[in-house]
Amino acid sequence: MSTTLFTNARLIDPEAQTDGMGSLLVRDGRIAGIGAPDEPAPEGATQIDCRGRALAPGIVDWGVKIGEPGERHKESFRSAGRAAAAGGVTTVIVRPDTLPPIDTPEALEFAARRATDAPVNIRHMAALTRAREGREMVEIGFLTDAGAVAFTDGVRVVRDSKLLSRCMTYARGLGALIVGHPQDASLSAGAAATSGKFASLYGIPAVSPMAEVMGLDRDLALVEMTGVRWHADQITTEAALPALARARDKGLDVTAGISIHHLTLNEYDVGDYRTFFRFTPPLRPETDRQAMVDAVASGAIDVIASFHTPQDEESKRLPFEAAAPGAVGLQTLLPAAMRLVHQGGLTLPQLWRAISLNPARRLGLEAGRLAKDAPADLVLFDPDAPFVMDRFALLSKSKNTPFDGARMQGRVKGTWVAGNRVYGGEA
Amino acid sequence: MSFRARHLLGIDHLKPDEITALLDLAQEYAAFNRRTIKHSDALAGMTQINMFFENSTRTQSSFELAGKRLGADVMNMSMQSSSVKKGETLIDTALTLNAMQPDLLVVRHPHSGAVNLLAEKVNCAVINAGDGRHEHPTQALLDALTIRRAKGRLHRLTIAICGDIAHSRVARSNLILLGKMENRIRLVGPPTLMPSGVADMGVEVHQDMKKGLEGADVVMMLRLQKERMDGGFIPSEREYFHRFGLDAEKLAVAAPDAIVMHPGPMNRGVEIDGTIADDINRSVIQDQVEMGVAVRMAALDLLARNLRAERGRAASGVMV
Repeated sequence: MSTTLFTNARLIDPEAQTDGMGSLLVRDGRIAGIGAPDEPAPEGATQIDCRGRALAPGIVDWGVKIGEPGERHKESFRSAGRAAAAGGVTTVIVRPDTLPPIDTPEALEFAARRATDAPVNIRHMAALTRAREGREMVEIGFLTDAGAVAFTDGVRVVRDSKLLSRCMTYARGLGALIVGHPQDASLSAGAAATSGKFASLYGIPAVSPMAEVMGLDRDLALVEMTGVRWHADQITTEAALPALARARDKGLDVTAGISIHHLTLNEYDVGDYRTFFRFTPPLRPETDRQAMVDAVASGAIDVIASFHTPQDEESKRLPFEAAAPGAVGLQTLLPAAMRLVHQGGLTLPQLWRAISLNPARRLGLEAGRLAKDAPADLVLFDPDAPFVMDRFALLSKSKNTPFDGARMQGRVKGTWVAGNRVYGGEA
Repeated sequence: MSFRARHLLGIDHLKPDEITALLDLAQEYAAFNRRTIKHSDALAGMTQINMFFENSTRTQSSFELAGKRLGADVMNMSMQSSSVKKGETLIDTALTLNAMQPDLLVVRHPHSGAVNLLAEKVNCAVINAGDGRHEHPTQALLDALTIRRAKGRLHRLTIAICGDIAHSRVARSNLILLGKMENRIRLVGPPTLMPSGVADMGVEVHQDMKKGLEGADVVMMLRLQKERMDGGFIPSEREYFHRFGLDAEKLAVAAPDAIVMHPGPMNRGVEIDGTIADDINRSVIQDQVEMGVAVRMAALDLLARNLRAERGRAASGVMV
């Protein structure tokens, strides 16, 4: 029966969209109340003086790759959990694209057992088709019972529209959420950059952003046909936004996300073939990046996530087009996202709606709120504290971040999961 | 001497005065190569390794001859049949070779940027002999020397580059070099063989070959890869030749003294009519091959000079 009072906190409430001074009382792992900044502590309570720093619901990071099973040398639940805690991430939504993939209840049970190594909340997504091969659907019912919060084949697009429509129809019957990767698979095959002047001058195989629009159009047509609950993992191009808006106007149950890298980097950051900047989908032109920041601010894009993808050095020390895509992000999500706040693109409550409240809501989790009775999953951070990112200081087993050497602002001072401190010593 | 580069990875990194310096030296080597005794000791004692991860006969023999005429010890490695097949990474291959203490490394690789990656890991001078669809700098330089000799200058010319621009590193390097030297560049070809973003590159783009060749001083044809001929990018060889093959009728709209170039190997009857390729009054295709050796000698020589100077500074303890 522990009680903690956070005083002098700048409370970021993504639900009420407020940003103001106050105090927050935590009892037995849940938020017990919110009061004035100098609220007196109840008897027996631990008091933490936040000294004006920001206190917000912990980040819910949707789409994290962990190398268990199969690639534990790249990332384990323990290392990812420690990185998450240090990054202010209190709930990690894990991708099923492991080796082998999480496509049976037994595989999910294994991952769930391993996940107890992590000091933060772990929730699992399951594959949508067996072995992520796009031929047969997984046991959506059993996997839901085993705790799968969503179903996805990750960046592997289900090409067979008939099979996908059946998966969607079946999932709708169970109320399950499907996460799609909007992309025309044949157009984007082999591509490592967005077509345009940069890709042409550097001779990198490229794909038009229209491949994303085409993939989205197909998937939305199937969503309309089947009525499934559906989420686009990454919408990264301005040209895809009208289709998303039309789908919502029709009343389809559709949401969309984007990676932090597509909001903070553009295609020219690849520079001289720097493979830490290789992503799927590839980085976009600056005009797209700006449009996507606006789309997050307006709510057209619901979720920002790190798409944490650990890769060992050997997967990246290759020519650009042969290198593995993806970057680690659990620990860099918060400072990278703070760039958007410092540049004036988003307010802190808007940002927290996208990195905490919306993903939690969409996945049916209690997290993401700063309200009475919500779980006390919290992050305390200094939004302005400057530092230079050193990739070898990251707690992930893999160090593939595009922000190595970058000047960033925003440092996590403490992370709590269900009222227990999992990161940070000082207030 | 104003050629300062450590490696020759692309035209993009060269300044116009560096290009001119290299061409001036190549011009001297072109005369040298016409002598009966063509041997220099400029690279005596130095080791040159030609590492070709992609098949090549012409470029590799040109580099080999260039190195040998300058007195270097030249070794050819065909990487297709070697440790690469055993799973060795590019970087490990580079480190292995580096340990053998070569001075000059000539590299061709099917991936764009691969030669840049390799150059970061070795402490000799690296020449890019073609990387993916990215650059082929010595080809652009030999084309530039050929143009300069035929036209008397390398600026204010109208140059039409025709054919498969999208997949051609030759086109990219030429585009950059000829742009740097302030020429008017036209790209001619079907839209399926044009790179994306071409509208932002400061060039004219034509789909009508006659409009593209109108008044041109230089007509540069590109090779069409066999694997792109059937259905994928163009409907057929014969339609391609009809619309984009260089024949007398299309060439007639170019300037009366226009020269015709081709990097080879040619597909006669696909991108170029055989009689034009053989017309000694118009075609400078054989000159290109000749200038190729001279340009590569100049590149090897200049990089070797910079390498010696760098090592001399390091040996004498001068802080660089």
